[in-house]
Amino acid sequence: MIGQSPLRTFIAHAVLILGILIVTFPIYYTFVASTHTLQTILRPPLPLLPGGQLWNNYSEALFGGIGRIGGVSVGRLLLNTSIMALGVAVGKIFISILSAYAIVFFRFPLRMTFFWLIFITLMLPVEVRILPTYKVMVDLGMIDTYAGLIIPLIASATATLLFRQFFMTIPGELVEAARVDGAGPWRFFFDILLPLSRTNIAALFVILFIYGWTQYLWPLLVTNSNDMNTIVIALRKMVSFADADTEWHLVMVTAMLAIVPPILVVVLMQRWFVRGLVESEK
Amino acid sequence: MAPQLAITLVFFYWPAGQALYQSMLRQDPFGLRTKFVWFANFRKVLADPAYLNSIKVTVVFSLATAIVAMGVALLLAVMAEKAVRGKGLYRTLLIWPYAVAPAIAGMLWLFLFNPSIGSLAYLLRSLGIAWDPLLNGTHAMILLVSAAAWKQISYNFLFFVAGLQAVPKTLIEAAAMDGAGETKRFWTIVFPLLAPTTFFLLVVNTVYALFDTFGIVHAVTGGGPGKTTETLVYKVYNDGFVNLILGDSAAQSVILMAIVIALTAIQFRYVERKVHYG
Repeated sequence: MIGQSPLRTFIAHAVLILGILIVTFPIYYTFVASTHTLQTILRPPLPLLPGGQLWNNYSEALFGGIGRIGGVSVGRLLLNTSIMALGVAVGKIFISILSAYAIVFFRFPLRMTFFWLIFITLMLPVEVRILPTYKVMVDLGMIDTYAGLIIPLIASATATLLFRQFFMTIPGELVEAARVDGAGPWRFFFDILLPLSRTNIAALFVILFIYGWTQYLWPLLVTNSNDMNTIVIALRKMVSFADADTEWHLVMVTAMLAIVPPILVVVLMQRWFVRGLVESEK
Repeated sequence: MAPQLAITLVFFYWPAGQALYQSMLRQDPFGLRTKFVWFANFRKVLADPAYLNSIKVTVVFSLATAIVAMGVALLLAVMAEKAVRGKGLYRTLLIWPYAVAPAIAGMLWLFLFNPSIGSLAYLLRSLGIAWDPLLNGTHAMILLVSAAAWKQISYNFLFFVAGLQAVPKTLIEAAAMDGAGETKRFWTIVFPLLAPTTFFLLVVNTVYALFDTFGIVHAVTGGGPGKTTETLVYKVYNDGFVNLILGDSAAQSVILMAIVIALTAIQFRYVERKVHYG
């Protein structure tokens, strides 16, 4: 190891702290704003320390403000977003682990054709085919349903590829041994593959949960009624920079509520998240 | 296997096919008559100054976002490598923005820099800068780039840290023995060895700036003021869902698909190469 002068170590820490300030400041400031009264927010500069309205603002946002976001409570929005994020994460993991299992361990006609059919979808995010996909949703009557929010986002290949890569590393001896011991395909899947892929599943879950939670364009299109909005969309509808009547203190509370759950997931599951992120993109 | 195939077919190939088909149709405004026009829509779109403008906007936006996000992340990652103590804590604090939705990131930045109530805008004005992202296109662009880059820093940071750890310490020590200073060591050894990571991140960041930032654009500027921040994806959305020019929008979708496929192809060629890097 090369020694380094204390000065350089000091500079390193200083730069890091500066970076953290930049990175966390907007989030911290939102929290600060969510604890002040509307009047304080409207008269910049806003103080750097939290104000005394924490309880008032949060309880007003959570229990009082009926009719603010088109008559939908914040609880309902959080519920919608959670269902969507969980649905995307669980659904995607479920279908991709199954198809990766089929592609890697079974030989059947057109196997590679199917693989390429799935693989190509990797290249086209929802954003580039919004209009036709929307039309399909209308034809199937899936506008304003949870299924409509979730299922189109499941149709992508990233997770399948990741599982495929992982399954390929499982030694053939293990498969043979299981077969010799009389384990059928399902038994092998549940007793050997699932336990082995636990960390991969955890990592993917975090990434996909975030992905589902932060979706914007798709929920914007698929939900017409306010009941089905996700919190991100509702937040956008609350904010109007032209009018003076945006209730900024409540907007900030809602923003905090929209930000905190995914941050908690990322920070608490950091180990798996970092592993999954760096490995899944290789 | 079957479920994923079914979903892929219904929600992916069917729409993609329809996009191709529709990109060659022209409809009158009431949807009464539809005419098959081959590539006329593509010609029309590509000749449209508004579309060319939006290409320019997208290129500027993507490049600026990628460069800012990667530059800051690389600096922080190098510093985190040096700071032995507190590394874990720094990392925990730096990955927060990854969890913030792009649209919310945009709104937070707009809140900070909003000309009438934003505290940082107030600060800028008191420094004598006439800051107004709602009227000035350049300012709006700066705001968008900051928000988009801010959100992407954590992602790049994690990859650069992983990349830095893969640089062999023996090489660095050998260089130090030969008398290379810290700056020289970085530029002649670490940076070239990071090239695969950097290149990979460049592609990822470009794709991110192209597509995932729709939320930021929609929430912060709505493509305005004027058309100074109208990116390609935003234009597809705007033409298709707001202005209802379906043929144009579909043609733009197809062009976008072509761009993504090209980018992905580049990325995969790079992945193949990376195997040799080990």
